[in-house]
Amino acid sequence: MAKIIVVTSGKGGVGKTTSSAAIGTGLALAGKKTVIVDFDIGLRNLDLIMGCERRVVYDFVNVINGEANLKQTLIKDKRVDNLFILPASQTRDKDALTKEGVERVLNELSAEFDFIICDSPAGIESGAMMALYFADEAVVVTNPEVSSVRDSDRILGMLSSKSRRAEQGLEGIKEHLLLTRYNPERVLKGEMLSVEDVKEILAIELVGVIPESQAVLNASNSGQPVILDEESDAGQAYLDTVKRLLGEAVPFRFLTVEKKGFIKRLFGG
Amino acid sequence: MSEHSLELKGSLFPLSVLHCSDLSISSLQSLLTAKLAQAPAFFYQAPIVINLQDNDSNPDFIALKQLFTELKLVLVGVTGANAAQKVAAQQAGLAVLQAGKSNTAKAVEPAPQSTTPERSAPAQVVVQHQAMDSKIVEQNVRSGQQIYAKGADLIIKGAVGAGAEVIADGNIHIYGSLRGKAIAGASGDSSKRIYCYNMQAELVSIAGNYWLSHSLQGEFWGKPACIRWQGESLVISELV
Ligand SMILES: Nc1ncnc2c1ncn2[C@@H]1O[C@H](COP(=O)(O)OP(=O)(O)OP(=O)(O)O)[C@@H](O)[C@H]1O
Ligand SMILES: [Mg+2]
Repeated sequence: MAKIIVVTSGKGGVGKTTSSAAIGTGLALAGKKTVIVDFDIGLRNLDLIMGCERRVVYDFVNVINGEANLKQTLIKDKRVDNLFILPASQTRDKDALTKEGVERVLNELSAEFDFIICDSPAGIESGAMMALYFADEAVVVTNPEVSSVRDSDRILGMLSSKSRRAEQGLEGIKEHLLLTRYNPERVLKGEMLSVEDVKEILAIELVGVIPESQAVLNASNSGQPVILDEESDAGQAYLDTVKRLLGEAVPFRFLTVEKKGFIKRLFGG
Repeated sequence: MSEHSLELKGSLFPLSVLHCSDLSISSLQSLLTAKLAQAPAFFYQAPIVINLQDNDSNPDFIALKQLFTELKLVLVGVTGANAAQKVAAQQAGLAVLQAGKSNTAKAVEPAPQSTTPERSAPAQVVVQHQAMDSKIVEQNVRSGQQIYAKGADLIIKGAVGAGAEVIADGNIHIYGSLRGKAIAGASGDSSKRIYCYNMQAELVSIAGNYWLSHSLQGEFWGKPACIRWQGESLVISELV
């Protein structure tokens, strides 16, 4: 039985796909057989960030409609063992996913994998609801600004009322806060909320803080999940996050303004 | 041996207690009608006990029962009765109850109604609610969620997020931060209050009288606070 983790946020563009790719890859690196499922039907982003866009033949909707089976559709990552991608369709509209269809596919994946990472679309409409409905755990991706925090609060409400676990009266979805695009300098200037502010408002356990980083942009431009860039701050922060998801206690890093030395400044540390 | 078992166990139930100096039918009818109009749903078919502590008259309990039924109330008994009153009450089929401790004590001020000041104050009806139901929410109320405690107090162990709404016919107690809206006394009872551990509300309202966030951003913003209706306006004060 796989553990199903939804990566969600409410607000768009906060780093869900970046985080899904990084966390999925990190779990596979830790030896867990992992599949990342792109629920963002119509946009198709995950395959770009994973660098497998030219290998997409069939997609999630094809599998749901019975036009292809999982074996034909899953894309095996070329860099990391145990890592697979179930791509979304670019040509369908977002209502192509049905609850029964999604359940059938997740059940089938569940028999094969240790972790299923669901990359949710933005918003609180059917696509996002579908992505979170079957989840066991949720990574709530939040940027340190008021509107993102508000939308995360909204999504947390959905997780506790609109999920399968809520509807069937099972133990609730385990919620993790992932703060991304964190910029300690701007926090210091009062332009962004601090880790403590966000934790206080959302009142869920913090699983990671990913700094705002050029490395993320470089990584997505080269179609490589940033967690594989082990030298980078964001890569290391995602590695820490994966360890915490697996139950390890790891101290938080990259929370304070770092004084850049001459060498670092020269090479953009 | 009988197959049907029977059990008789002691139990505690919430009851409303009526205090009124004049128990004549005509007077009580108009006073009660006015009281009920403030919160019609709240007292609908509510079980009522009449407190006779400060009353030596010999009320007509059968007629009182009739009146309560007409007003959609259920008269179940009396308390604080003298010997003669006890007998009369029992003959009318009412229970005679030991005076319990009132959990709202004497703090329930009768709302100063628009009685014409020249006339001497008429007998006032104070319906004290002995033990109101309460609805307890054990987690945070998130943005977009709404919770309504009908005919009850609302107790929230967590925070109320921005964009969330908590509503009660009774009082509201929030042990976390209040960043959304809190509406107490929703069916019109202005004696209800809002208590919260950290006041950052978008809106607070008591019996339809409301304040928006900017009216709250003073001394108590981000602090523990209590909101109540006093005289002609809402007032905010410290919790303890
Ligand atoms: N830690 C970071 N530092 C700098 N840029 C980042 C970081 N995380 C994400 N970004 C950038 O933010 C943008 C949005 O990221 P991403 O696509 O992962 O968000 P999303 O939540 O999946 O968006 P959508 O809601 O559209 O699906 C991308 O350009 C990405 O490179
Ligand atoms: Mg995305």
